[in-house]
Amino acid sequence: MSRRHRRGGRVSLPIPVLALAIVAVVFFALPLVGLLWRAPWSSSWSYLTDDDSLTALRLSMVCSLWATALSIVFGVPLAWLLARVDFPGRAVVRALCTLSMVLPPVVGGVALFFALGRRGIVGQYLDRWFDLRLPFTTAGVVVAQTFVAMPFLVITVEASLRQLDLRFDDASRTLGASRWYTFRRVTLPAIRPALAAGAVLAWARALGEFGATITFAGNFPGTTQTMPLAVYLALETNPEQAIILALLLIAVSFAVLVGLRDRWFRRPDHPIAMPSP
Amino acid sequence: MAEAFTAEHPDANVVFNFAGSSELVTQIIQGAPADVFVSADDLNMTKLTDAGDNAGDPVAVAKNSFAIIVEKGNPQGIVGLGDLANPDLIVVLCADTVPCGKGATKILENAAVMVTPASFEDKVKGVVTKVTAGEADAGIVFVTDVKAAGDDAEGVEIPADVNVISNYPIVVTKESPNPVAGQVFIDFVASDAGQAILATYGFLAP
Repeated sequence: MSRRHRRGGRVSLPIPVLALAIVAVVFFALPLVGLLWRAPWSSSWSYLTDDDSLTALRLSMVCSLWATALSIVFGVPLAWLLARVDFPGRAVVRALCTLSMVLPPVVGGVALFFALGRRGIVGQYLDRWFDLRLPFTTAGVVVAQTFVAMPFLVITVEASLRQLDLRFDDASRTLGASRWYTFRRVTLPAIRPALAAGAVLAWARALGEFGATITFAGNFPGTTQTMPLAVYLALETNPEQAIILALLLIAVSFAVLVGLRDRWFRRPDHPIAMPSP
Repeated sequence: MAEAFTAEHPDANVVFNFAGSSELVTQIIQGAPADVFVSADDLNMTKLTDAGDNAGDPVAVAKNSFAIIVEKGNPQGIVGLGDLANPDLIVVLCADTVPCGKGATKILENAAVMVTPASFEDKVKGVVTKVTAGEADAGIVFVTDVKAAGDDAEGVEIPADVNVISNYPIVVTKESPNPVAGQVFIDFVASDAGQAILATYGFLAP
């Protein structure tokens, strides 16, 4: 109870901390103000209703949501493995799975070629046996986005799993629950806020993805041209359009982030609490 | 070029920033501290001069033409522009927002060839990467890009009657921190020694 109480109350920050925090807020707000200031509002409607813009926006939404879904499906088990199973080389596996966070995205895109392209280690068989090609396809965009976005979810969820009291799992197991049931009914609900945070981070990263996408999947309207690619290309010929498209992308992301914040980031209604020994 | 220039002017330090011409123009107009700007076409130089960010008039220092870039060994047996219309081929082009894309569009128009590319790359290197990685079968790039790709790619000539010649204008920028050194560099590029270096990379004389 005390935690919830304090959250809404007034907190007096030391002045230097407050000053630095305000600098940080301005640092993030100013570029946005710059975009708003330069935006050609009078012609914005024609840019927004432009077919190409809407196509790019739709593609961005579809691909980033797919990337988020794949990140959850594979990322949660991966985070669980990294947090709970003590196996030799765990540190190496963890570093490997988060490598794409530090890799320049363009390099990631080239690496994906060598793995999944039609001459790639695995890609050549996808091509030969299943006639499946990822480069220049929408599926390729999803792969590129998942590659760069999933680590954000894995790291967040893993940290949360590590903080979780293992005795909950033990209690569940001693009461006769299966491993799967325990994972589903005890572990998952407890990490829900972290899962939500990780999913939002991954989604945001996927939505803004540029380098790996254009390198691995290319740029073709309706197939692989996501919003960031459309913005970048518009920047070269029509900066006004680029600004409007960028603001649209920001507005959509903003709406989602703000909308999710209250709904998902709240602590579970029935927080599992166990007195410390 | 930098090496030859600093050999003649040991006190100079040349730093290159290679990127798509339109990107570079945007950077300079937004205040990037560049002394000299070379554009891969006249249009992007015009953007700079229209913004009044040039000091003096641009001069042409080189010309470039286009070629079809194919994988090493030309496994698809591409002999000319007509082959690019084959729907089974994966062709990548530059977006028509960058010089190589404008050139490619014009060339295909000249040759009356309809191509459905798999991708419109934001810069010419994107086309080169996709062809050398074996993901694309062919692309249209500058002759100098084929040469720069070395052994990883091959070029197929585009006939002169449909080819596009691109000008490379150069100028000192208005906000140049070292305008004098900038002009000395431009003079060097335009000199016989500079032109000889450009020729080894496949550039044509202006």
